[in-house]
Order: sequence, then C-alpha cells, then structure tokens
Amino acid sequence: MGTGTFWGVSLFVAIALLVLTRGLIANEYFFFAGYVVLQYIVLATAWNILGGYTGYTNFGVGAFFAVGAYSSVVLHKLTSVPVPVMILVGGLISGILGFGMGYLTLRLKGVFFAIATLALAIVAQTLIVNWDYVGGSRGIYVIRPQQAPLLGSYVQYLYSLMLVLAWAAVAIARTIERSRLGLGFNAIRDDEAAAEAGGVPTLRLKLIATSLSGALMGMSGAPLPYYVTYLDPASSFNLSYAVNSVAMPLIGGMTSWIGPVIGAVLLGTIQQLATVTISSALNLLIVGLLLIAFVIIAPNGIVGLVQARRRARLR
Amino acid sequence: MPALLEVGGLGKRFGGFVALEGIDLAVDTGERLGLIGPNGSGKSTLVNCLCGALHHDSGTIAFDGRTIDGLPAYQRTRLGLARSFQLPKPFRSLSLVDNLRVPSLYTGNARPGERCLALLDDVGLADKAARLPRDLTQVEMRKLELARAVASAPRLLFADETMAGLSPSEVEEILAVLVRLNEQGITIVLIEHIMRAVMSFSTRLVVLVAGQKIADGPPQEAIRNPEVERAYLGE
Amino acid sequence: MLSLDLAINAVVAGLLLGGFYAAVTIGVTISFGMLDIVNIAHPAFIMLGSFVAYIVNSNFGIDPILIGVVMAPVFFLLGMAAYQIYFYAFEQRGEESIQGLAFFFGLLFVGEVALILIFGVDYRFVEATYIGPSLHFGFVDLPLRMLIPCLVSLLMLAVLQLFLGRTFIGRAILAVSQDRLALQLMAANPSRVKRIAFGISIATASVAGALLIIIQPVEPSIGRDYIGRIFAICVLGGMTSFPGMLAGAMLIGIVESITATFYGPSWAPAVAFGFLLLTLAIRPAGILGR
Repeated sequence: MGTGTFWGVSLFVAIALLVLTRGLIANEYFFFAGYVVLQYIVLATAWNILGGYTGYTNFGVGAFFAVGAYSSVVLHKLTSVPVPVMILVGGLISGILGFGMGYLTLRLKGVFFAIATLALAIVAQTLIVNWDYVGGSRGIYVIRPQQAPLLGSYVQYLYSLMLVLAWAAVAIARTIERSRLGLGFNAIRDDEAAAEAGGVPTLRLKLIATSLSGALMGMSGAPLPYYVTYLDPASSFNLSYAVNSVAMPLIGGMTSWIGPVIGAVLLGTIQQLATVTISSALNLLIVGLLLIAFVIIAPNGIVGLVQARRRARLR
Repeated sequence: MPALLEVGGLGKRFGGFVALEGIDLAVDTGERLGLIGPNGSGKSTLVNCLCGALHHDSGTIAFDGRTIDGLPAYQRTRLGLARSFQLPKPFRSLSLVDNLRVPSLYTGNARPGERCLALLDDVGLADKAARLPRDLTQVEMRKLELARAVASAPRLLFADETMAGLSPSEVEEILAVLVRLNEQGITIVLIEHIMRAVMSFSTRLVVLVAGQKIADGPPQEAIRNPEVERAYLGE
Repeated sequence: MLSLDLAINAVVAGLLLGGFYAAVTIGVTISFGMLDIVNIAHPAFIMLGSFVAYIVNSNFGIDPILIGVVMAPVFFLLGMAAYQIYFYAFEQRGEESIQGLAFFFGLLFVGEVALILIFGVDYRFVEATYIGPSLHFGFVDLPLRMLIPCLVSLLMLAVLQLFLGRTFIGRAILAVSQDRLALQLMAANPSRVKRIAFGISIATASVAGALLIIIQPVEPSIGRDYIGRIFAICVLGGMTSFPGMLAGAMLIGIVESITATFYGPSWAPAVAFGFLLLTLAIRPAGILGR
C-alpha cells in the first residue's frame, strides 16, 4: 500500500474507532484506560523511530514526556489555550530538547548514548524539581475547564485528541519506514561508518531522529496535566515511562510501525488491568519480566516471530 | 590536465605516534594505482584521511580541482570519492539490493531501482538481490562491498584490501570486477598485499613504509627500489 | 564569602565519599571497562547487597561490613549465573547492542520493583558501633560512618589490583580485556575467564551495598542515582584504570559534596550526571586517558 493510501486508510480506521468507541461505550473508565494505551502507542512509536529504526537507545523518555506536560502547565498558568495548541507547543519544545540532546551526544554510541540520555533526564528533572513556578517537588494542581469542547466528558475529549495523535504518529512512522529517510536510518543502525561512506549525512539524520522522536514524546505528554489534574516531577519523570517505551517496541517488534502498536496495546492493556486488579508495583514487575523474557527468547518481538514462521512455512 | 586527486604534504599523528608524514600523491583520471606497504605502514590511515573517516593533521587534499580538507565523509562520497572497507561492513538487516540503494539514493542517482539491480548483475549477485548479507560467501561479500561503493557513482574508488584471505581463483574474480570498473571509467586505487594481483593490475605503484612514501612509479621500477626491497625483505 | 571550614569539611567529606564511590564503581570498571558488558544493572546488585546487609544486621546484629564480605561469594555465584544467561542470549548470537542494553535495563528495573514489593519504599538503615561517632581534627570532622567505608573500599581496590596483577586468573582477565584472540591462543577459554570476572564484579556489589547502607539509609529507588555516578566515574577514569577510576570517584565526590553543602542536596543528583555529559562531550577517553 502506498504512503498516501496508508494515510487515508489509517485515518478512516482512526475515525471509525473514534466514532464507535465514543458512540457505543458508556463506561467512563474505558476512556481513562484508553487514553493511557493510546498515549503509549505514541511513546512507543516515537521511541522506535530513534531506537528501532536508527539503533540509538533512549532511556531518557521521561524527560521528553515530562517537558511536554510541564510546558502545558506553564501555558495553563499564563493564559488559556486549547489543548491541541498545548500539544503543538509541547511537541515544539520537546523537539528542541531532542535536537539539543542529539547535538550533545553526536559522537556517542551504544551504552554511552543511552547513559547520556538518562543523564539528561536526571538533569531535566532536577531543574523542574527546583522550579517553584511549576510547583517544584511538591507538584501542582491543574483544574480542568468546565466544559469539554466537544460532546461528552472532558476525559472523552482527551481520549479523542490522543487517538488523533496516535494516528498521526503511526502514519508518520510508516511514512518514514518507506522513505529514503527510513533507509538512511536503517543504514545508520546497521553500520554508521559504512552509511557515512555511502553518502548518508549521518549527523543530520541523527538530529532529525532525535528531534522528531522527542517532539512526538512531548506531544504525548502535553495533555497529561488535564488528565491527572495533579502533576509532580516524581511521577511525570518516572523511569517506568522509559521501561515501557523500550519494552513495547521490543516485544512488539522494532523493525516495523506495527510493532510498537502491538506492544503498546498488549502491555498497556495488561498494565491497566493489573493496576486495577493487583498492585501497580506488581504490574511494573510484569513489564520488566516480559521485557527480559522477550529480549532473551524473541529479540525481534512478535513481528519477528510472525516473520520467522512465515519464512519457515515457505521452505 | 590537473590530476583527479592531488594530495600535498599529508600528515597524521595519533598522540605521539606519527602514522603519516609528508605524503605527496597525484592520481590521474582513469589510472590504476597500486598502493602497497608492510603492515602498519599507514595505508589504511591514508585511505581514511582521504575519504574523510579521519581528520588529517597537516597538508591538503584536492579532488577534481577543489579542496576537500574540511568536508565530512558523506560529502566526499557525493563528490565522487568512494571506498570499500577492508573488513566488509554490509548493512546486515537490509537485502542486497537495499544495501546498494542506500548510497544510490543518497548520492542523487535518478533511478536507483534499476541501477542497483544492474550493478548486482555486474558482480554476479543479481539472483541474490532479495537475500540478506549473512547468506553470502566471503568472496560474495567482497563483491557486495565493491558494488556498494560503485553504487554511489564514484569517479575514484579506493579498493581497500578487497582480496585479503581469498583463494587464487577468487582473487581473479575480484580483479576482473576491478578491471571492468576501470574500463567503465572509474579511477581505481588498489590497496593490497597480494603482490601478483597488484603487479598485474596497476599502471603505477606507490609504496608506503612507516608512514612515508618511498617509491612512486611504474610497478617494475618501484619494486626494484632498494628501500622497498629492504622494507619487505629486511636488511 | 565562603565559610572556609565549611568548605574544607565539604572537601574532606567529598574525599571520603569519593573513596566509597570507588567501591561502587569497581564492579563496572571490570564488567564494562574490561569485559565490554554493558551492565547498567549494577546498581540493582548493590541495592541487593544493601538490603541483604539490612536483613542480617537487623535480625542478628552482625556487623554490615562482615555481612558484605561473607555474602560476596554468593554474589560471585550470582554474577556467574547472570553472565551465563547473558552469554547464551547475546554474546553467542552476536545480537545487536540494543537487546543487550534492554536486558540489563530490564534487570535494573525488575530489581528495583522486586525490592519495593518485598521491602516497601521506606528507608532502611543498619546499626553498628561506628555509625554516629566522628573523629575531630581541629575544625575538620571525620564521621566514622564515612571514614570506615572509605577505608574498606580502598582496601578492596588494593586487593583487586593485586589479584589482577599477580594471580594467573587475574592476569587472564587483564588479557581477555585486551585481546580475546591472544587468550584463546594461550589455551585459556575466554568465556570462562569472563564469567569469573563478571562474578567478581558482582561480588564487589555485595561489599559496596553493605558500605552504602552504613553511609546512608537506603530505599529501593536510590539505585537509579547511581547509574549516572557509576558511568561518570568509569568514563572519567578512562574505563580500565583503577587509579584513574579512584581519581574520578574523588573528583565527583568532592564536587557533589560542595554542591550539596552550598547549594542544597536537591541539586546533587544533577552533578554527577552533568559531569558525565561534560566528560562524554569533551573527552570520552577520560581524564587519565585510555
């Protein structure tokens, strides 16, 4: 399916999902949980652009996500703008952060890059913790607007926005996959020196990857203040965002846009169920164990398993 | 007519170790230049400096009349300077044809699909176009490496020890590919240890010992240079 | 105007802290610097060491350092087991580094969450006679709870340095860190040597964990702060050099201590990580070079 067709078909699917879920489902909790799963689709897809496609492991997901959330807090305190605008602003600021991170870490490979991303996240968190305007370590309360812009509850509105964002993220990922940019990313992942020798502007592409990935992550965090109504650094910078963003593409499959989606839906749903039925700490344990298990047994994820079975059947 | 590649006074050190010193070199269009020297003489360092993988410390490099000293490797490739790697570095997760599409697309080739398949055919790998590099034999990997370097439509190609570890018949295969490429108009610098191959292939020979150029001329003359004999055979 | 005795005490505290940081980092210097294994889960093993010391100390009153040393062989076996898994899953298959990184990241996370599930998020501490009193030299304070771990750490460093330099296995480890092929030609099995080395690296975590809980009360998420510190020190020290690592540890200890004294402890975590970023950006080969 060509790229243009994909955008069209996926948009149709997204709108259909939106209409069906909002029309048929009355349980408010579905939208609470659905928001989180969709948010993870965006995070996992965003991570995978830099991680799966380009081969650079980012552990500092929390920083980009939280920066998106806190930029919304600042906007909320300064003036009143619609959430979609906050999403764009959050994306812009996180994108700049991503560009900065890419620039600082240009010469780093493998674990050094990963640790540097973690370092950046800690530095960002420390800055926010010491910034009283947004509540510092005590956190800040955010009051949702009285009226949701569309029909239905405010959470349903946020859910709808996140659905659109997830659609956009997935469509962008797939477009990259089929483009020259995606091929360049893969070349960098497989052998950066050979890519550079082959005419690929590796520095430029890496900056594109970090900026785009960061921007999408920031966008996924932008509506968070209205969703949780109480935001604090400890929870918004939480390492669980990094673990999930790594686990979901890895379990789903890192080579294709559909891997992060599968991983996010699977893990996200499991976690939502587990948080309600068992403890939330235990649910994090499950994610960690699944990550370890998959990385040992099925390093190419579910997509990889399906591909392997297909190849085996062909022989 | 100015040389295609002009190198003047090139020097490179690693900390206290002088890898290259005062290298002057000119490569004319269409030439088949052989570059030889004992291990550690600086051949790979020279190639890395010329292609932009390393920054040289002194001297200048000019390609096609234009100074390329500060240019990153990918830009030098786009200008027409390509190299193959001593140890093949294929894109392991990409098919053979995709391996070629990368340089093809990124150096502005108009119809990458057809051209890449044609290139694979030239080196006898067309039937494996959809396979992955891990399915290839050693000599096929070397051919892929060359094909990939050629996919960027270079004017000058550094073939860095392409034949190391191959059997005599495989060496012949690679040589045939290189000759064909040269006949198609690509200037080739062959860096090799296999003397037979270098002597039969080169129109000119350059000898590097301990980071310095000690001989530069027709192959038969160059190897009869007493310093060259000393370097290879000892005192 | 900076208070001089405050500053001097901060520096002294930093030196003691740095000595302790060396104990924390030595394991990674071995596993990452020498063996090229990206064990970012090392802090999880240290936390395990701390909590083991806590359990035994609070139930039997045994000295934590003694616990750390006695438990070291157990951690050694644990390390060898962990290496086996790593070897079969990654090294043998030649998998890309992302999977290896993800494995250790998962391990780090699982370790922390498991500790939270078992012990909760409360701070735990140990009791020992030297926690509390300090030595005084004029206006300089030397808290024993920092001095003793620093000394034990230096001792451990010295023992390991001797081990690597003088024993056959130690030299085999040094050899494998430099040239696998040479080791194979010497008829020593590289993966067996690496397994032992990794075991040693985790054994140091047992001692380091005991030292940690002497210096400060611990709770499971403290491990995260140490990832940055450990790698910052490892890189600063040039990856494989023990003296370099010690120098790096002291440096970070002093800078952290001064920052905490004059700017408040909430800025301290950023120090080590900021240092790491700076080091990686400017001089990836470390302050003493590779």
